[in-house]
Amino acid sequence: MREKRESKAVAVALKETSVAASTTTSLAGAECKPSGPCSGGCACEADKAAAVVAQKQQQGAAEQEEDVAATGAEEAVVDVERLQKELLDLTETLLAEEVLDQQFTQLQQLQDESNPEFVSEVVSLFFEDSGRLLGELTESLKQEPINYVAVDAHVHQFKGSSSSIGAQKVKAVCIKFRNCCEARDREGCQKCLEQVKQEFNLVKSKLEHMFELEQKILSAGGSLPYPEEDY
Amino acid sequence: MNYSSYLSSTWMRPITDFDIPEAHVLAVDDSIVDRKLIEGLLKTSLYKVTAVDSALKALEFLGVRDGCSTSLRPNAFQVNLIITDYCMPGMTGYDLLKAIKDSTALREIPVVVMSSENSPNRIESCLKEGAEEFLIKPVKISDVKRLRSYIRPPTKAPCSGSGETLGPSPICSKRKVGSLEGLQVKSNPESQPCLNGVIVA
Repeated sequence: MREKRESKAVAVALKETSVAASTTTSLAGAECKPSGPCSGGCACEADKAAAVVAQKQQQGAAEQEEDVAATGAEEAVVDVERLQKELLDLTETLLAEEVLDQQFTQLQQLQDESNPEFVSEVVSLFFEDSGRLLGELTESLKQEPINYVAVDAHVHQFKGSSSSIGAQKVKAVCIKFRNCCEARDREGCQKCLEQVKQEFNLVKSKLEHMFELEQKILSAGGSLPYPEEDY
Repeated sequence: MNYSSYLSSTWMRPITDFDIPEAHVLAVDDSIVDRKLIEGLLKTSLYKVTAVDSALKALEFLGVRDGCSTSLRPNAFQVNLIITDYCMPGMTGYDLLKAIKDSTALREIPVVVMSSENSPNRIESCLKEGAEEFLIKPVKISDVKRLRSYIRPPTKAPCSGSGETLGPSPICSKRKVGSLEGLQVKSNPESQPCLNGVIVA
């Protein structure tokens, strides 16, 4: 499309130049009246024609520039669209794989102009809090003997916070973990701790990727494709 | 904040479409993530939110000191709803509910309890004790929209002549709210303890 426009502009310019050239040749020798508008048939015509050609060439160049800019803008729009699609695909996949559940969608619905960073703020608190809890759990399970009541209390907190942000798989492992605590199953608890760390790291990296995409979209002047609020 | 600045700030605020000049909700939850979530949920309904991390801090905010509500702060008159987690270390949400309903000065404040456990015993005892509603966590937007119907209209604090500063409240109740040590004893009706006695973090 761009190339067609380019060549068209050039062709127009060339045509005009040749017309101007022929005009000049035929008018050579005619006298130019200095006062009043030219009635034609003099050297002024040639100048006028040349001026018109120059103008058309400039116009052509300007059009070319516009085309370049338009294509640049088109590409930027395509970029934002691509990023928005990538973000939506990622969100859909995480929901389908039950890494996240509808509670996460609730968080997104709470984000608006008055609360523009809500999701990342809540999620950051979750990351921090979880780091602390995982540290305490790791220490608690090294103890001899294990204080299962204390372990259970920490898992209960982790279950609560993961549920609040919609980290479904983390929550599911926490439920298993609590059962192991109740059964005083040391090995079971160890396994659950490993599993919950894995699930936490997975959801953390996915969410961080999401936030990266959001930042790119916003920097490119796009808006976030969030779900509509449902009542 | 003294009474006159409370008055002027109330008059100057635009009336919301709920016809309640910016309802003030006191949220109580020991989880930092849940406090953030409840704040976000309540703020979309244009409520003013104060979030505290324990039942004791909630009572302090309401002006209950040494088990006696003689020195109620203006806060108590500004709070239109209390929403509290059930399971908290030390004093539980149930204990807090009891303390509020036992207090002549505070009992009119509507209380909503939240919990991750869907336990019929727990729910029944809270409703019996006077809770307006029992919400199962995680709390959602639709839950918060229902809270609107429980919000009590703002109460006027008693004037002491000039209406400037609050002297000792004539609503003062010498009746004890219950000694705070006593309230720390597990008084929840369930056979399984609600993680009480375990101080975490």
